[in-house]
Parts: sequence; structure tokens; C-alpha cells
Amino acid sequence: MELVCPAGNLPSLKAAVDNGANAVYMGFKDDTNARHFAGLNFDDKRAQEGIQYARDRGVKVFVAINTYPQPSGWARWQKSVDQSADLGVDALILADVGVMDYASQRWPDLRLHLSVQGSATNAEAINFYHQHFGIKRVVLPRVLSLKQVKQVAESSPVPIEVFGFGSLCVMVEGRCILSSYVTGRSPNTYGACSPANAVSWEETPDGLETRLNNILIDRHAEGEPAGYPTLCKGRFNVSGNTYYAIEEPTSLNTLELLPELQSVGVSAIKIEGRQRSPAYVAQVTKVWRDAIDSCEKNPELYQTKIQWMETLDKVSEGSQTTLGAYHRPWQ
Amino acid sequence: MHTTSQVPKLSLGPLLYYWSRDDVFKFYESIAETAIDIVYLGETVCSKRRLLRLDSWLEIAKLLQDAGKEVVLSTLTLLEANSELSALRKICNNELFTVEANDMTAVQLMAGKKKFVTGPAVNIYNSRTLEVLVRSGLKRWVLPVELSKETLTTMHQEKPLGVETEVFVFGRLPLAYSARCFTARSHNLPKDDCQFRCLDDPDGLMLKTREDESFLVLNGIQTQSAKTQNLIKEIDDFKDLKIDVLRISPQSKGTEQVVDIFDQCLRGKINNEEAEQQLQQYTMSGECDGYWNNQAGMDAIRLEQTV
Repeated sequence: MELVCPAGNLPSLKAAVDNGANAVYMGFKDDTNARHFAGLNFDDKRAQEGIQYARDRGVKVFVAINTYPQPSGWARWQKSVDQSADLGVDALILADVGVMDYASQRWPDLRLHLSVQGSATNAEAINFYHQHFGIKRVVLPRVLSLKQVKQVAESSPVPIEVFGFGSLCVMVEGRCILSSYVTGRSPNTYGACSPANAVSWEETPDGLETRLNNILIDRHAEGEPAGYPTLCKGRFNVSGNTYYAIEEPTSLNTLELLPELQSVGVSAIKIEGRQRSPAYVAQVTKVWRDAIDSCEKNPELYQTKIQWMETLDKVSEGSQTTLGAYHRPWQ
Repeated sequence: MHTTSQVPKLSLGPLLYYWSRDDVFKFYESIAETAIDIVYLGETVCSKRRLLRLDSWLEIAKLLQDAGKEVVLSTLTLLEANSELSALRKICNNELFTVEANDMTAVQLMAGKKKFVTGPAVNIYNSRTLEVLVRSGLKRWVLPVELSKETLTTMHQEKPLGVETEVFVFGRLPLAYSARCFTARSHNLPKDDCQFRCLDDPDGLMLKTREDESFLVLNGIQTQSAKTQNLIKEIDDFKDLKIDVLRISPQSKGTEQVVDIFDQCLRGKINNEEAEQQLQQYTMSGECDGYWNNQAGMDAIRLEQTV
């Protein structure tokens, strides 16, 4: 299984490469990728440096161009595809049908992966992208149970990549527009969910309030940890009860499923977190490298180590992790 | 007056909620009496909702067809289990009615074989995507709800010949889909033992902020806006842009009246202001029109002008 790690900037890319990633993925400094955050991502010069660094050490580089261009932005997406081809990256991670059509016609030799934002959850959807654009890999949305991942792996025309660790989207990726409903900007249109410019924090007599474009996402009592107000991870009131009505602040962690993911035919494990620090990337990459090596050596004897889990818990959202949709009761 | 512009048709989108079999039949019997031109039928949210199977939907389809309506069969948005794929195949293979794809799976099943429609959850955000899908057999597409007039205007200038455009003009907005059932979660039930509690909520289950503001609506695995999107004020735009179809989303009360108000407004019997005023009593938890006006979806931009 290939370990695919996040590179939000050059130090993170190096951290991933140095700690055992088989591939890193990056984006450019604009809305053409789904981590369009201030201070993050690569310009052409940094991308060249990063690609050189990775290549010298036998690590592949993928570029994510995985948002959905509208006519006014089309030229930017086209340019990102061309730029990636010129840089000689190993693969593009794309979501939009139009961008795929362009990339596959203009750069027929460039390897294409279907992004998680492409929202393909079964072999027929994958067939569409395979037949039309010759994709070589698909990243599955985080909505499938382990049994369903197996079914897709068995019937998919191309190898599959799944998320192993990181912030968890509760909604099927590529088709969640909660963020633009509240702020005007969504992962699809802008490359960010619950964007920072819409966030406000305020100390009030009732506690620390976090708001997104003025909508109260959560209120934290003194001493209660207050996370970033991602709108699906706030506390709301339903039928008189106030609770995490959609999802708790938590991260996905599938370390304990590794032998099963391997046996159902998963080809690559993706680590989320281009917005996180190089230290996060280093720690998480190292744990997963160890785990994958141990699993591939002897899947029957594989056991998650306490130190691995402790390291991952520490860098998790809300310091807790879940198996997410892989584990049926979560659903 | 808009003598050179065309009058759009009216459609009724798929029923997004789970109602009793009786209520569903009664609802469509009464829809058959309205001025609606096109009716989308079928379950698009959750495959566990089986009070109506395909044969029941086909029965309703026949009833509506006999009343002169065009019928389109809608399909599931988020496909996970193999059984869902089999059910989808059956609908896509039907020889009587056009099918609305709400996922690329359905697009793939029909591509090159028969003409199809795409619903708002199929991501057509630019002209090149539209062209690819038209080549595959797309005959009508619903504008994804987060896109604006500005985007649609450009796409219409470059629109391939023959394809029709539909816009979601009235109803709570579908915003997200998950593997998790939020209705079951609100009752502390796992999805596998959900006890069909969504039957209790004919217009979904209200989610409020901690300051009691109506914010979102939980509808099983789907999340919707609490506010009703209402684009009645944009009717002149729709005519000018030659939009082919305007979609109204079913709700438990007043759907027939909403259809009637839009119809009267389209035919010039009442103006936008009158229509908007009449619609107020059928909009739940406030109104919004932000997406069409290139703002946050929950915002009221043009609607505010009459308040």
C-alpha cells in the first residue's frame, strides 16, 4: 500500500518525504485546490524545489486541482493543469468533469486520479471517469463502510485510495454546500469549508462564542476546549436537546483497520492535513510508515501500538478519533 | 413586456421527505389538478424508505401522465450498498419514462444509451462539463443550487444546442448528504435501527442554533436549509435567460398553491410583488435568495426589497 501524505508547503513536503511517504500531494496558491488557505500551498518556484526534493528521494508528487471551476475562473484551472504538466508531476488529482476533459485531451500522457471531491462511491461512477478520461486511480469518499469499500475495490476498473487519518468530513465530499449556504464560499467553489474570513470569536458572559458569518456555531464554557468553528461540528439544538447534532470535533483514524484495508485491495492510504504543521506531517507520516511496514510484513500478527495511537490522538481534532463510516454503528 | 422571451415551464421536484403511502398518493392526486408541467417522482434521499416501491411510483406516474403531465423518474443521490445500485439499474433501464440522475452512477448507466436529466447534486459548474454530459445524452440539467445568475448567464451563452436548463426556484435547499442518518442520531438510534423516525417530520426536523435561530433541517441523511429559497422576484431574469423549467420542491402544506402562484405570475396575471406576498404564507422559517445573487445562500438580497 502506498502512503500518500499532505504537503501544504515546502517544510511539510520535506517532513513527509523524510518520514517515509511514498507520495506527497500539494496544491497551488489559489482556489483551484480544496485547501485554499492563506499562507498555504505552492508557487511555481517552491513547487519545483519540492518536486526535486521528493524525486531525489524516490517519492512521487501529486497535484490537487480538485475544486469546481465556474466560467469566470476557468482559465485559472486550465493554467494549473498546464503548470503541473510543465512541472512534470506524477499525477493530477481532479474532480471536475470539464477539467478532466481538458487535461486528458491536452496532456494525454499525464496520469489522472479522481479526487475524493469527485464523489464517486461505486464502480459505475468510477467507470464514467475511466472510460471518458482514462483515470488511473480513485480516492473514495469517507462515507463507505468497510464492506462497501471491499465491494468497490473488487469491481472498480482502477486501484482505489482511501483516507486513513485526519479531519473527517461527515458529508459526502464534493456534494456538501453547507459552507456556501452560510458564507458564500464552499469547498466546491472556493476550496475552503467554513473559511477563516467568516469566523469570529467572542468572549461573552455565557462563554466563548464561535460564529460563522454571524451564525452561532458553538458556545464554550470556561475551561472547555474551543476548536475551529467548522460548521458541521458545532453544537445545535434539535427537539430541545443541545448536542453535536451532526458530528463531534473528531478525526478519522483507521490504523486498526489496516490489515483489512490491505486485504480488501486498497492500493493507497491518504493522510489528510495540508493545512496542518510540518510537525504534524512528520509525526503522522512516521506512525503510518511504521504501521504499513508492520502490516505488510505480517498482516496476521499486526497490532496497533499504543505509542502510535497516542501520537495520533494528540494531533487529532478534539483529541479524539473515530473509525467513521467504515464502522457501521457510527452511521 | 417580454414579448420575445419564452415562458418557462413549471416542474415539481422529487419529494425529499418520507410520508405515509396514503399521504403520497393524495398529494400527487392533488398535484395532478394543478398547472404543473413536469413532475419528478421517486426516492432520492434514503433507500430504506420503502413504503412506495417502484411499482407504486409507476402507478402515480401513470396517474399524472393521464392528467397531461410529463413524468421523470428521480434516483438516489448517495449510493453505498450494492442493493442500491441494483435498484438504480432497474429505474435507469425502464422504457417508459425519462430518468433524473442525481449521481454520476446514474449518468454512467444511461450514457450513450438513453437521454437523461441531471438533478442539482450532479456537479455541472462550467460549460465544458455541460458539453461532455450533453455528448453522453443529457437533455436537461438542473443548475446546482449554489451557482449564481452570473455563472448561468455565461453558461447559457455557450450552451450546447438542444439541452434544457432548469432552476430550483422554491423550497428548502438540499445542502448535503452523509452516510450518517441525523434524524436517527437525534433519537439516539443507529441508522440500521432507525425505526423510520423521519416519518414524524413531514418537512424535516428543525436544527436551531444555541440562540434559537432556525438554521438547518435534518432530513435523514440529507441536510437542508431551514429557510425556503424563493426566486419569485427573478422571474423576469428567467424569461430573459430563456430558462426552460422552474422547479418547485414539494412541502407538506401549500405546494399546490405555490404552483398556482408561480403559474399566475409567469402568465402575467399577477406581478412579482403580489406573487411574493402571496407566497409568504407558504415559506417556512424565512426566505432566502442569496445563491442566485452570488452571496451566501441563506441571505435575502432581492427579497428584502419588499420587506
